[in-house]
Amino acid sequence: MSLARSPLISGLIVLLGFLSVASLVVGPAPVTVSGALKALVSDQGAASIVVREIRLPRTLLALLVGWVFGLSGAGLQGLLRNPLADTAVFGAPQAAALGAVLMIYFGLVGTLSWALPFAAIAGALLSIALVVAVAGRGATIVVLVLAGLAVGSLAGAGTSLAISLSPNPFAVTEIVFWLLGSFEDRSFVHVLLCAPFIVLASFLILSAGPGLRALALGEETAQSLGVDVPLLRGLIVAGAAIGTGASVAVAGSIGFVGLVVPHLVRPFVGYDPARTLVPAGLAGAALLLAADVAVRLIPSGAEVKIGVLTALLGVPFFLWVIARRRAELVETPA
Amino acid sequence: MTRLEARSLTVELGTRLALDGISLSLEPGRFTVIVGPNGAGKTTLLRSLAGLAVPSRGEAVLNETSLAGMPAAVRARAIAYLPQGGGVAWPLPVESVVALGRLPHGEKPDRLPETGREAVADALRSVGLQDHARRPVTALSGGERARVQLARALATQAPVLLADEPVAALDPRYQLVVLDVLKARAREGATVVAVMHDLTLAARFADAIVLLHRGKVEAFGPPETVLTEERLAAIFGIRAQVVRQAGKLTVMAESPLPEAGQ
Repeated sequence: MSLARSPLISGLIVLLGFLSVASLVVGPAPVTVSGALKALVSDQGAASIVVREIRLPRTLLALLVGWVFGLSGAGLQGLLRNPLADTAVFGAPQAAALGAVLMIYFGLVGTLSWALPFAAIAGALLSIALVVAVAGRGATIVVLVLAGLAVGSLAGAGTSLAISLSPNPFAVTEIVFWLLGSFEDRSFVHVLLCAPFIVLASFLILSAGPGLRALALGEETAQSLGVDVPLLRGLIVAGAAIGTGASVAVAGSIGFVGLVVPHLVRPFVGYDPARTLVPAGLAGAALLLAADVAVRLIPSGAEVKIGVLTALLGVPFFLWVIARRRAELVETPA
Repeated sequence: MTRLEARSLTVELGTRLALDGISLSLEPGRFTVIVGPNGAGKTTLLRSLAGLAVPSRGEAVLNETSLAGMPAAVRARAIAYLPQGGGVAWPLPVESVVALGRLPHGEKPDRLPETGREAVADALRSVGLQDHARRPVTALSGGERARVQLARALATQAPVLLADEPVAALDPRYQLVVLDVLKARAREGATVVAVMHDLTLAARFADAIVLLHRGKVEAFGPPETVLTEERLAAIFGIRAQVVRQAGKLTVMAESPLPEAGQ
C-alpha cells in the first residue's frame, strides 16, 4: 500500500500536518503560524519555550496515542470480526489505569517513571486476556461487551478503592487528575516513556495485517489458508494491550477513539480489515489531535480534559452503532 | 497426483471419542462423499483430513507426509477446505473474498498477479457468479454466499478439495451445479471429499462413499455396495428403498424406524 496509491493515506497525512501546526499555535500564549514554525527551528526566546517545551510534546503525544488507539481498535475489530470491539469496550483503559494507580498508591513511583507504563500494560493485558477467557472463543458480542463491562467496572472499583483508602492527599490529587486523561503539562519525558511501547505495539499489530484479511472468513477458514490464528490473536491482543497501557500511563484514561475511527475509514478501503489498519491509526491521530486543539479552544476556567471530550463524543457513537446493528448483534458470533 | 490418507486416526473432543481409529485412503481423481447420522464424526474427519483437528493418536497423511509436521503454507497450497456455513464478517466485494483463496500462494488479494486473477475469474465462472464480482458479499442470498465460499476454495487450485456440506444451503438447481463442479475437479485429477446429508445426491454423484457411524468407518466403497437398505436401517434408523434405475442409484427414504429399545 504505497502512499502514492492511496489518496486516503496521503489525505490523512496532509490533515495531520495542518492539525500539528494548529496544535503548535493554539493556546493561552498567542503565537502566529509563522512565529510557531520559526520558534520550532530557531531560538525565539519565550515563543520557543512555549512551542518546543509545552506544545510540541503535547502534539507528539496526541499523535502517538491517537495512532495507537486507532490501530488497536482496527486490529481488535478485525480480530473479533466485530465493529464494536475496542480496548475501551474491554475495560482495558480502566485496567491499565488501575495498574498505574496501584503503583502511585503504594508510593512506589511518581507519575514520571518507567514502572508506570509497565504496570499499565500489565493491567491492560490482564483485562483483555480476562475478557477473552471469560467470553470464550466464538462468543457473541453481547457476551464480550458484558464481560468487558464487568472487568472495566472491577478495575474502576479498584481505582476508587485506592483513592478512598489513600492516606496521602497529594497522591489522591495526582491520581484523580491523571485519571481524567489529558495532554496538558506533558513533557518530552512523557513522549519518551510511551514512544518505545507504541512503536512496539504498532509493529505487532501491523505484522498481523495480512492474516486479518483471511480471518474475515472465520478462524477455521483462515487456518486452512495457512494463517497461524493463535499467533495472530496473540500479536493483536499484545499490541493492543501494550499500546493502551503505554498511552494510559502518560495520558490517563482516553477512550473510544479506537472504536470510532475504523468506522470512518473502512468504506474508503473496501472494508478490507488489513487495509483498514494504517488509515485507522492516522485517523485516530488526527481525531485525538483535533480534540486536543478543541479542548484548548473551549472557553472555560480550567481546560476541559480530553478524556472527557472523547467519551462525550465516543459513547453516543457507540450507541448509534448498536442501534443501527441491533438485529445482527443478537446472533453475531464474535 | 495427491493421495490423502487417514492412518488409525483418533480424535477426542473433550471427553468424547469423535473419531475412533479411522484408516482410509482417498484416491486422486475421485469424488468421495462422507455420510453418516448426526454426531457420527463427519466434520471432525474432514477437519482432520484438512490438518485442522489435532489427532490424539494416528495421523492424516498427504503423499506420505504427515499433516501434523507440514508447514502451514505448504498444507494450505495442497488442501483447500470449505467449512460448513462460513460467513464473511465485512461487506467485502465478492471477488476480494474469492481472491483470499490465493493467499496460500503468497498472492495479496488486492494485488493479484495474472495467474491469480485468472484463477479467481475461473472460480467465479464455475459457480455462476461472474456477474456479481463487485457486489458486497453481505448483500447476497445465503445460497449465493455459499457459492462464493466454494469459489474461494476453488481459486486456490489445490490438488485436494475438502467441502463440509457444500450443497446444504442451495436450491435444487445449484445443488446440481455445485456437485457438477466438484465432480469436474475430481475428473481433472484432484482428490475431492465432501460431507453430505442427502443420500440420493451422494449416491448419484459420488465415486466412493464413506459411511461413518460413531466415529468408525462402517463401510467404504462405491455407492451401490455401501448404501444398502440394511445399512440404512441399522445406521440411520430409516426404512428406505435403494433402486437402481437406468444405471443410477436412487435412495428413497420412506419412514423412520422406531428407535432401538422402544
